[in-house]
Amino acid sequence: MTVSTHDALIEIVGAPIDLARLVAHVQHAGVGAVATFLGTVRDVNDGRNVTGIDYEAYQPMAEAEMRAIAAELGAQWEGLSVAIVHRVGTLGIGDVSVAIACAHARRAPAADAMRTAIEALKVRVPIWKRERYADGEWTWVDSTRSSGSGEPG
Amino acid sequence: MSVPVLVFASYADAFGARTVIVPVPVPCTVTDVITAMRELPGGHCLPGKVLVAVNHVYARPESSVRDGDEVALIPPVAGG
Repeated sequence: MTVSTHDALIEIVGAPIDLARLVAHVQHAGVGAVATFLGTVRDVNDGRNVTGIDYEAYQPMAEAEMRAIAAELGAQWEGLSVAIVHRVGTLGIGDVSVAIACAHARRAPAADAMRTAIEALKVRVPIWKRERYADGEWTWVDSTRSSGSGEPG
Repeated sequence: MSVPVLVFASYADAFGARTVIVPVPVPCTVTDVITAMRELPGGHCLPGKVLVAVNHVYARPESSVRDGDEVALIPPVAGG
């Protein structure tokens, strides 16, 4: 059992995300690299003009899954520190929906852990998004039915 | 006997509620809960395979549901 140097910062929030707070959380004297990721709302998806996205989460389970992801990363890369924050509510184009910071003594573990974290979040954390379109329609995004990848960012 | 089941996103829209009271005796299985929900108004929206969480952990179809468990249907996730 790997003992993590720092507890992970894991949150579902209803307000804008401050990346600096995540970076400050994972930073410490032994860190030589901090890899960060921001997911942002873009204006086109599957060829439709998106005006905004409403995010919804099953908060206690979403935080539990994010915590489990952080623990798995910590077991894979010893000494890693992790912060994952996802925003819910109504977001506009360009708003940050998710932020991740992974810090390690070395750059490769930091970067690999960051990429692993966002990929895991997208497949297992219970969060949903409803896209609103310029024509007034809206739909819950469902990657199991979408023809494209459904990748938001 | 009944089980309150949390629903989200497209499932909440279909059932017209955030919590659905499912008439099924407990203890039972996750499959029993889903089968009963398909018969309720809005239940037609459920896909062939439905993800369920019991007490915040993804559960298998044969997993038990007991009185007091927090049961939730998890639509296809789309975080990020």
